[in-house]
Amino acid sequence: MRLEYFQMIDRISALDPEARSVRTECAVPLESPVFEGHFPGYPLLPGVLMIETMAQTGGWLVLAILRFSRMPFLVQVKEAKLRSFVEPGQALVAEARLLHDGSGYAVVAAGIESAGRKVADAEITYRVVPFPNATLRAEMLATARRVAMPEAFLHGE
Amino acid sequence: MPSTFETVAGIISETCDIPRDKITPASHAINDLGIDSLDFLDVAFAIDKAFGIKMPLEQWTQEVNEGKVASDQYFVLGDLCANIDKLVAAKAA
Repeated sequence: MRLEYFQMIDRISALDPEARSVRTECAVPLESPVFEGHFPGYPLLPGVLMIETMAQTGGWLVLAILRFSRMPFLVQVKEAKLRSFVEPGQALVAEARLLHDGSGYAVVAAGIESAGRKVADAEITYRVVPFPNATLRAEMLATARRVAMPEAFLHGE
Repeated sequence: MPSTFETVAGIISETCDIPRDKITPASHAINDLGIDSLDFLDVAFAIDKAFGIKMPLEQWTQEVNEGKVASDQYFVLGDLCANIDKLVAAKAA
């Protein structure tokens, strides 16, 4: 994770298009400017970044299913539960399962675990639209390779 | 078994917090009921789930934006329900 760059996902460790599910791994850094404010003397991963981690995990799933033909943008978070504190250095495993592939939108159920214990979950909705420009699509493809998205998911449906 | 309209009206009432008695087959989802695009996504998700369909919202929106059809055809609830019935019938065929 590089919190200040919103790079929440280190690696996609499993992607199952049949089950329409994905699992990602994320190591919370020991140091980050984010921890200087959240909180001084008591560093914790902000809850909004736990939600962002779930949103990015589900986002990779939607991108993979659509073979990067369209871009999911976060529009709704429902029933978000932040169940325990997450500290610097903790290893996280995030999972998402596609609940519905709608017309122009998608819904996933997502969660985060640490050491086998559930730390967060939410239902997340994306608006799914054509990429607004070629730069974003190229950056998403480059990032997909960095997080080990299997090459087969990067090209045409 | 409730009619398509009863199901859709119930979904809209619950999802958008609109009194059920204000929702009629003649209501326009946007112009009369004031459902915004994000709430309409919630409504669409609930309708898709309830009827086991995938409403082609993108195609409908494009047709309206291009002036090919009036928005009433897709967003007046009576017409919306007729379209849902067609999608359900097409799926069953």
